[in-house]
Amino acid sequence: MKSAVIVFPGSNCDRDMAVALEKVTGVKPTMVWHQDHDFDAVDFIALPGGFSYGDYLRCGAMSARSNVMTEVVKRAAGGVPTLGICNGFQVLTETGLLPGALMRNAGLHFVCKDVKLSVENADTLFTADYMEGEEILVPVAHHDGNYFADDDTLDELEDEGRVAFRYLMDVNGSQRGIAGITNARGNILGMMPHPERMIEPALGGSHGRKLFTSIMNRLG
Amino acid sequence: MQKIDDTEITPEIVKEHGLTPEEYERIVGAMGRAPNYTELGIYSVMWSEHCSYKSSRFHLKKLPTEAPWVICGPGENAGVIDIGDDQAVIFKMESHNHPSYIEPYQGAATGVGGILRDVFTMGARPVANLNALRFGEPNHPKTKHLLAGVVEGVGGYGNCVGVPTVGGETNFDPSYNGNILVNAMTVGIADKDKIFYCAAAGVGNPVVYVGSKTGRDGIHGATMASAEFTEDSEEKRPTVQVGDPFTEKLLIEACLELMDTDAIIAIQDMGAAGLTSSSVEMASKGGVGFELNLDKVPQREENMTPYEMCLSESQERMLMVLKPGREAMAQAIFEKWELDFAVIGEITDTGKLTLTFGGEIVGDMPINSLVDDAPEYERPYVATPKREVADVPAANDLNKAVIDLIGGPHLCSRRWIWEQYDHMVMGDTIQRPGGDAAVVRVHGTDKALAICTDVTPRYCFADPVEGGRQAVAETWRNITAVGGTPLAITNCLNFGNPERTDIMGQFVGCLEGMAEACRALDYPIVSGNVSLYNETNGSGILPTPAIGGVGVMADSSKMATIDFKRAGDVVLLLGETKNELGSSLYQRELFADDEQNPSAPPHVDLALERRTGDFVRTFIESGQVDTCHDLSDGGLIAALADMAIAGGMGVNVTVENDLPLHATLFSETQARYLIAASAEVAGAIRKKANEAGIPAAVLGATGGKRLRVNDGAVDITMNKLTKAHAGWMPNFMANAS
Repeated sequence: MKSAVIVFPGSNCDRDMAVALEKVTGVKPTMVWHQDHDFDAVDFIALPGGFSYGDYLRCGAMSARSNVMTEVVKRAAGGVPTLGICNGFQVLTETGLLPGALMRNAGLHFVCKDVKLSVENADTLFTADYMEGEEILVPVAHHDGNYFADDDTLDELEDEGRVAFRYLMDVNGSQRGIAGITNARGNILGMMPHPERMIEPALGGSHGRKLFTSIMNRLG
Repeated sequence: MQKIDDTEITPEIVKEHGLTPEEYERIVGAMGRAPNYTELGIYSVMWSEHCSYKSSRFHLKKLPTEAPWVICGPGENAGVIDIGDDQAVIFKMESHNHPSYIEPYQGAATGVGGILRDVFTMGARPVANLNALRFGEPNHPKTKHLLAGVVEGVGGYGNCVGVPTVGGETNFDPSYNGNILVNAMTVGIADKDKIFYCAAAGVGNPVVYVGSKTGRDGIHGATMASAEFTEDSEEKRPTVQVGDPFTEKLLIEACLELMDTDAIIAIQDMGAAGLTSSSVEMASKGGVGFELNLDKVPQREENMTPYEMCLSESQERMLMVLKPGREAMAQAIFEKWELDFAVIGEITDTGKLTLTFGGEIVGDMPINSLVDDAPEYERPYVATPKREVADVPAANDLNKAVIDLIGGPHLCSRRWIWEQYDHMVMGDTIQRPGGDAAVVRVHGTDKALAICTDVTPRYCFADPVEGGRQAVAETWRNITAVGGTPLAITNCLNFGNPERTDIMGQFVGCLEGMAEACRALDYPIVSGNVSLYNETNGSGILPTPAIGGVGVMADSSKMATIDFKRAGDVVLLLGETKNELGSSLYQRELFADDEQNPSAPPHVDLALERRTGDFVRTFIESGQVDTCHDLSDGGLIAALADMAIAGGMGVNVTVENDLPLHATLFSETQARYLIAASAEVAGAIRKKANEAGIPAAVLGATGGKRLRVNDGAVDITMNKLTKAHAGWMPNFMANAS
């Protein structure tokens, strides 16, 4: 599986994402700089966490308008599997590839801790190796993870099985406890929790691994 | 329009710059003429307490700074130690006290930014941040606001930069009501053959400015940090710098990218006193002169004067000397990261710092006079009187005493704080906050660093020598308790006004104790910072020599943590418990010790400390022990409670000795550890301890849902204990502004 990790100025989980991808899939991803207009054909694109462009203006807003995102949007819309974690999720909502927005946490503080999630839909490219309803422990680390969308959009997400992960505790005030969603086609996942931080027992657990094996097993 | 500030030098102007009339005369003597306004400003910051260490230098020389594994001791941006495998650890701790009191968010944030730069300027990728925080008493009207702002600032900067904040400590004491302490520590890792120093070399080589533009922020920050506080100190808010962690992140990446080439001869961050101190430092270390053209300095504001440019403490800036001909390549890297890059001058053989502006020379000072001629004071001091040993009474209700302490401001969980810090980014934090020391893996290896910060200011106040010993020993113990081999320390020496003989006595005493401990534990000081004049309206803080310790472990899979892991493990206490309740948390919290005349703190037997710690460490390193906790504040019962709470499991112990039960439980005798292990392992440890002459007592076993001592003399449900421990800080901080 050939993958690319997009690096924005201010990304800071790009290395973590690359390490997780290499550890799980055995293949080093290509790191793609935000100013690049084009990059090699890949099977999978990852948008990492961090504070791209310092979170200035709005989290993810400036990255969404960077050179590289024009290409990412094109490819993702064309069906290339794309994952956005934390700031990557914020970028995906800012591009419009995923609906809704991530607002300031309800508690108004940055929150970094392990949280319990349920796998709401195990029939996606990203979650196939999990069981439906499986409870997993994955950390969050964000200031703006409070998922918001209007009721119609939320209903649509629920009806179409596009809520991939849901918090089992109140973390940030997200509507309906939404932690991660996919697009209608199912090739794009955005989530606030960090599965790439839970890939070995030394880091506190391995519950994040299956997300990467799911993608790998589907894409080969 | 450019303008040169030609303000006339009057005695008032001299005084405003924090210089005494004698010091001004010394400047005139050093220069052979009267300085102009810009030059006066430069001398004033270079000779400030903060930059020149004029009150502390004489005593700092007494600290042990060498060991075979020390690559670079104090004097550079940070200390460097060898951790084997051609790798080095670079670390330092620094204070940002006064700015954090005036403007907690930016003060704390720029404190983190500054210490990060000290570490990556030497070629290290920062891998961990820690912070040692002291606030006033909880019910002081400013405490909540300051705590909230400082935590937000530390997190705001560290989270964005993407360096995990993995540990630290937080204390409360009325002496910090008007002068909080924010001490930030950064630890980085570099290749041993790629360490960068600040000594400039090569006449004609370009001097390059990179990073953010220069603005008017932070002018006189170093001077402010060198004076006492008064009620109108809050008017000094404009002297607090404003940080931009996003730029810092870019600066880290750009600098490390350039460091991968062979272009850099010398590099130095612009910290306190900005462009001035960085260029003087580089020129002085290299024995050369600098000629700087101030018109070339990237500026954020219009009409800045040379004075303002030289004294600005705008953040996220670095100064470098490059090999000739490498400018274009270096510039391309900084442009890629969208940072300013400007050649602002060159190295000369004049031995002077020469500043030009608008074609005129606006400053011309001998470099050595700015550094070597700075005054050095051997200030008079009076040693702190010896204290009486206290006879501390028993609490009426032991259960209540335990709950009050565990569920009180001093021992309660700090989770509310560290959950606001990204402590996991970079993917190598294998022991998170809440234990004895944080453990961060050396990326891509099984090796790890154990890191912590400690000091017990109430001991330092009661007996500076014991307090100095204890601060060093406690970091050593905390690193040992996770299985690390302690290697070296950094320090942040926070004290009151050194012109007061009693304060100077505290300083000298603490340093004496620290030096002893460093020698006894083979644990040198490789970097540090001194922060004096921590006083408001004449009232000084508790002497607070914060120590940051770094250790290494070869096989991080063998690391120990404090949580009880298996029901039925035997709980073993190593080390002897004495009746040492003087200046203990128990005494202070429950019996209100006489604040001005505290009782004698526990004695630190450094040889015993070393023997016991080395003994404990062997069992962790061999993989036999995975559960260990050192004993410190709150004594045995606090350590048992910590382990039980962390493990979500009760414990039932019986203590037998000649002491009253309250002394056994709350005494803060040093050199003690608790271990939980299988009966077989515990038996083997006990046998070896007897052979080694180290007291070892089986106390009981883990399991159940209660913390129980001596058949119910203490008997608290884990539910109640855990709630008390977890609840204090969130409750306290609810509705903080």
